[in-house]
Amino acid sequence: MVRGILGRKLGMTQIFDEKGELVPVTVVQAGPCVVVQVKTQAKDGYNAAQIGLVEGKPARRVPKPLAGHFAKAQVPPTRVLREVPVEAAAEVKPGIVVLCDIFAPGDVIRVVGTSKGKGFQGAVRRHHFRGGAASHGSMFHRAPGSIGPSAFPSRVFPGTRMAGRMGGDTVTLKRVKVVKVDVENNLLFLKGALPGGRKALVRLVKA
Amino acid sequence: MDIRKLEESWLRTDLPEFGPGDTVRVHVKVREGEKERIQVFEGVVLGRRGGGIRETFTVRKVSYGVGVERVFPVHSPHIDKIEVVRHAKVRRAKLYYLRNLKGKAARLTEDLNRR
Repeated sequence: MVRGILGRKLGMTQIFDEKGELVPVTVVQAGPCVVVQVKTQAKDGYNAAQIGLVEGKPARRVPKPLAGHFAKAQVPPTRVLREVPVEAAAEVKPGIVVLCDIFAPGDVIRVVGTSKGKGFQGAVRRHHFRGGAASHGSMFHRAPGSIGPSAFPSRVFPGTRMAGRMGGDTVTLKRVKVVKVDVENNLLFLKGALPGGRKALVRLVKA
Repeated sequence: MDIRKLEESWLRTDLPEFGPGDTVRVHVKVREGEKERIQVFEGVVLGRRGGGIRETFTVRKVSYGVGVERVFPVHSPHIDKIEVVRHAKVRRAKLYYLRNLKGKAARLTEDLNRR
């Protein structure tokens, strides 16, 4: 059994649950996915399945080595390939189709995605530094302040929080609840927000 | 796939048209332990807000001299049905000014053309 699937975020909405209460959900177009390669303990040192997300837009201009990789599994090329964990690796064969029915409402899953890029941000935005007063002659506004002592150590310690690129990080959310599964349309309704913007790729794995 | 189209399929179409100023009787399904019963909340609609599945409306009534307002999601399955008792002539979309009025001043003139 393949324990995960790939999907793309469609956006957020709300949905009435079985109790009739409104729940915020993110709708994910999850799958269908195909197994392209099976990694085994014997050969690769760990068990996993490499799966590709089948999308409306087929992959164009597939490089020859990659085309051969897909041909070996006898599946059409996909744009994205990711690895997900498996259970009973012996049963997983290339070409197997993975649908979102591997999840059921009430399941608690793990979601891996890339957060929205925020560009170059100051220390206030990036690390929640408090900043100084805006007025009353304060001459300290949004600067980071001291970044360390002087003569000793005569250097800035690695990892000191400063301005820089923010966002675009791999974010893993644990304990994301599945609210609804629509196998017909390959849709998953997950409670709350997920990393990334619309159309962002997310990897959904059973916890 | 468009998420708004998906939302549309969840919307309720069995409710009457109503808007700000209308007096409505909202039949609410109340769950008490195992049993479910219907409770009626009657009052004036102060306004509707939001769109799609998120749309809500506020109903205000004065109960034993105390103003009570309830906000209902329009498409909630907890709403059994809505009866429109009376339409009123109003000139704005949100009737929040009613909160500051009481007694005779808080009356609305009925719109007899929309009975």
